[in-house]
Amino acid sequence: MLIDLTLCVGCNACQAACKQENQLPPNEEKNLSLTAYTALHKYNDLYVRRLCQHCDVPTCVSVCPVGALVKLGDGPVAYDADKCIGCRYCLQACPYHVPKYEWSSTKPRIQKCRFCAPRLAKGQLPACAEACPVGATLFGDRDELLLEAARRLGAEPTKYVPRIYGKDDVGGTSMFYLSPVPFEQLGFDARLGRVPLPMLTMSALSKVPNVLSVGGVVLGGIWWITNRRTEVAAFEAAEKKGETPRPEEKP
Amino acid sequence: MKIRLLPRITGWQAISTTLILAGTLAAIARFTYGLGATTNLTDEFPWGLWIGFDFLGIGLAASGFTIVAAVNIFHAKEYEPIVRPAILTAFIGYLLVVLVLIIDLGRPDHFWHPLVMWNPHSVMCEISWCLMLYTSVLSLEFAPIILEKFKITWPIKWIHAISLPLMIVGVLLSTLHQSSFGSLYLIVPNRLHALWYTPLLPVLFFISCIASGIAMILLESLILSRGGRELLSTHLRANLAKIIAITLAVYFVVRVEDLLARGALHELTTLTYYSVAFYTELLVGFVVPFALLLSDRVRTSRLGLYSATLMVLAGFAFNRMNTAITGLEVYPTQTYFPSLIEIFIMLGITALGFTAFSFVVKYLPIFEAVEEAGPRVQQEAATGRPEPIYLTRDDGGMESS
Repeated sequence: MLIDLTLCVGCNACQAACKQENQLPPNEEKNLSLTAYTALHKYNDLYVRRLCQHCDVPTCVSVCPVGALVKLGDGPVAYDADKCIGCRYCLQACPYHVPKYEWSSTKPRIQKCRFCAPRLAKGQLPACAEACPVGATLFGDRDELLLEAARRLGAEPTKYVPRIYGKDDVGGTSMFYLSPVPFEQLGFDARLGRVPLPMLTMSALSKVPNVLSVGGVVLGGIWWITNRRTEVAAFEAAEKKGETPRPEEKP
Repeated sequence: MKIRLLPRITGWQAISTTLILAGTLAAIARFTYGLGATTNLTDEFPWGLWIGFDFLGIGLAASGFTIVAAVNIFHAKEYEPIVRPAILTAFIGYLLVVLVLIIDLGRPDHFWHPLVMWNPHSVMCEISWCLMLYTSVLSLEFAPIILEKFKITWPIKWIHAISLPLMIVGVLLSTLHQSSFGSLYLIVPNRLHALWYTPLLPVLFFISCIASGIAMILLESLILSRGGRELLSTHLRANLAKIIAITLAVYFVVRVEDLLARGALHELTTLTYYSVAFYTELLVGFVVPFALLLSDRVRTSRLGLYSATLMVLAGFAFNRMNTAITGLEVYPTQTYFPSLIEIFIMLGITALGFTAFSFVVKYLPIFEAVEEAGPRVQQEAATGRPEPIYLTRDDGGMESS
């Protein structure tokens, strides 16, 4: 989805539609919560819509030990509560602080935007994109939306800062933002960089097979050498005492 | 000796029984009311005291693989008397950490899922597997002790037959998950404070666990050596202390070099919430004990070793808690302090560990390994191996206390 912050008027229709679609209590909420999968943050006269970014290389998917989170082919990062063990690594790791946890439950799950996966499967728009009365949220093919965003930046360079947020942040996301002011002023984390966060872990995890194979050989070797050393020492000691009549070596 | 120690033990028993009861009640509350009502964990702070405690427990249990490697793989047979205490420490440590993890999980009933649902990209998945496999290895390493007690000898032969690959696998698994606890935080560069976040986290976690594991077993050998029985001679204790000092020095150099390379040293020029935490951890756990252990007098004195090992362990605890808690806090807007229930569960589990240790020591041949090893020594002598020198007596008046 392409979210153009210059167009958003803060009517909150996206949240209302989202709540209706997901059968959540219809009260207006200012922050993401268990009952608000999207929310508008106000910065002076700008509204920034928060929701799961549905990253291309999702951090939450990579950290989940049981694969309860998966990235679907058409974009959504989906969650399976039946697999979830409740380790909360996704809450810890998500660079956008998106997943919310049912802390008060004894069988807690996480809650977050589902990108209206059932609607997408039926060929419908996500509820929020359909509800937006001013077209601030556009749904479409990722590449086409990128072209559209680039076209807007090119057509009105004074209106926007020259950046499509989400194009390659943390390896690219399914949400693109266009903004008239630098993104850092709107609560976007400027430190995230372009490398998908799971790469940081993979640099360590990819060494596991090497540690196992090389380590195994080295430890085995050390065992053999030190064992041989004590054997030789024992043999020599015995030899000195004259107890061993030097067997097989001299026939 | 036992009669003289009796009142003291009872005092400890009263305390630990109280703590275990309090911890049990706290755990019942946690399972009845859920994590939200009983802990101070939030969406912003989803991991807290228990995760830090897991790191600590696993770190202290690191003696299980270091001592086993030293004695049975590197053939430093003179440390044989502390192999069993080290394995016991590790075994209890790992069982307790698994218990804490299950309490910590939102869905404890799903704890077995990582066994059947894999995600090779997840450090957590790797850790679950390592924990499970290594706990199995430890139980096999520990099993002969129980079997010996009940004079069931035939499985011991089987375990002996696979003992070398078993020990090597154990050491490798330990290497992996000790460092992987650090890797857990590689994915939060945006959250973890620059004084703790580094791509070298796994390396640093591994180096420091060697120091903490040996410090733990050294401390144990001091405590258990009271009353005439010496587990290790003064000379061997001093050697272990030397290894700790070297490890601390390596850690310090890597840590500071890394801060320098990442340009994070400037964080230390001002006194902030974070820099104070950092200084505490580095001074208490690394610099001061290193300086102490440089001295020959400290290394050969009980009091000196008590202070140095306790400092290493305290500094290690600071380090793990700082990584798991302080470094992730956004001071002063987003801080975390554990709830009473979190604290009671932790204390209860700690008390459970100590109780289990003293119970096992009382009823199973942990220290008698020296005498019980008799037949094996003869067997080894027959196969041409040297008879290990067990030092059961004190070296004499070298001790200052």
